[in-house]
Amino acid sequence: MRRVVITGVGVFASTGKDVDSFFENLLEARSAVCRITRFDPSALSVQIAAEIPDYCPQDYFPPKRLELLDYFTQYSLIAAREAMKSSGLEVSDEERPRFGVVMGTGMAGAHTFDSGYFNLYAKQATRLHPFTIPKIMHNAPTSQICMEFGAQGPSLATSTACSSAGHAIGAAFHLLKYDMADLMLAGGSEAPITYGTFRSWESVRVLAGGNGDPARACRPFSADREGLVLGEGAGVLVLEELEHARKRGAKIYAEIAGYGLSSDASHITQPTVDGPARAIRMALREAGANPEEVEYINAHGTGTRLNDPTETAVIKEVFGEHARRVWTSSTKSMHGHTLGAAGAIELVAAVMALERGMVPPTANFTQPDPECDLDCVPNQAREKKIRTAISNSFAFGGLNAVLLVRRLD
Amino acid sequence: MNVAEKVIEIIVREQHIEPGKVTLDSTFAELGIDSLDGVSILFALEEEFKIDIPDSVAQNMKSIRQVVDSLTRVLEGKDVSDLVALAKGGAPAANT
Repeated sequence: MRRVVITGVGVFASTGKDVDSFFENLLEARSAVCRITRFDPSALSVQIAAEIPDYCPQDYFPPKRLELLDYFTQYSLIAAREAMKSSGLEVSDEERPRFGVVMGTGMAGAHTFDSGYFNLYAKQATRLHPFTIPKIMHNAPTSQICMEFGAQGPSLATSTACSSAGHAIGAAFHLLKYDMADLMLAGGSEAPITYGTFRSWESVRVLAGGNGDPARACRPFSADREGLVLGEGAGVLVLEELEHARKRGAKIYAEIAGYGLSSDASHITQPTVDGPARAIRMALREAGANPEEVEYINAHGTGTRLNDPTETAVIKEVFGEHARRVWTSSTKSMHGHTLGAAGAIELVAAVMALERGMVPPTANFTQPDPECDLDCVPNQAREKKIRTAISNSFAFGGLNAVLLVRRLD
Repeated sequence: MNVAEKVIEIIVREQHIEPGKVTLDSTFAELGIDSLDGVSILFALEEEFKIDIPDSVAQNMKSIRQVVDSLTRVLEGKDVSDLVALAKGGAPAANT
């Protein structure tokens, strides 16, 4: 059976505009959550987000190209460029039909929708810009990345809310495993910091308040947690068939060895224990891994009242006694919940934990919650040469994605 | 500023083309303007002149001169049916 390895990583996020700074900030437990600057949030009850600081699109794209790119696509391209660069890949013309892209997003072109509909409804415009459709579509990142890097192989987009990137990477992994491609770029991107999106999320009542102290607003697994904080960004990984990577002497970050997915089929927003547990078991089974082998879990860990105890129960259900020993941190405490990008940004965090032998903490931990009694690596990064990690993504709509990565040596 | 000058100004601005490179005799093909660029230019012209350019007329615009002529007729409220007739069987603005 063909094996698949990660040979490139890229991140563009609030906590860092490249993988090195991103991971260093995570290890230092630095939250990037701040008062919203993308629009005037004064009228909102929640006025904070994990924004990419001082972002200037013109630094990355020429004017004409930029006109066709919503923010979520811009972020995806920037992360893809870093992933490609770190892989050292030079794709030949013959290889292009075996080189594909799978990208996930939950909300797609929210900025373009927001400004377009503002013009339409508030300013009584009678027409919208003709680039509206190519900018908002969920497959814009996939297609733009394909065009930039000449990827002509199997390519698609996923949209499963907060599991979008997890499913994208899982799909890319299987395209490689089942010999439909040799090289894939996979990940997710999201740019949800618009007035309309925030009004929508506000009414769900899952956002953390914390206007007075944004950096401490997101406190996953803490007894005093108040909810999630929305974040923006993108994560992209280069996945490559093992022999292809070896032949070119590529640096191998980790093997992607297992993928599990499932549906709760229960409730549109409330998670179950059974659904996510089945996804984790499926990923373990594909990787041929015992539960005891897993040393680190990058949790879904949104910081909502409901997610964290449910995820704790899930981990206990699958890992039994081992659940209390496995380090389980939520880096969302720092980069916020990036929705359709989360599964990719957080898989990069897990891969870097394997690569560097350092596990990022759950920041802002204040006091234990008896219902969340896992070792959530509170506030301090830990050093350990870990071999196997999983990354959890559980979505609104009850669609779950779990990825298992393992050091090759 | 007359219609021709305004059209050229808009195309220079929208397409990020060097001023001076766009003349009345330039064709879209020469300027590297594809079908999606074309609909973007139409949008800008409609916004600028506060008019609606019918698809049937738009499809027939392949050069700056054609744009200016059609636009002038629309602005003067003239009959554009001969242009419409010419456009029959023309290519759609973009693939869907």
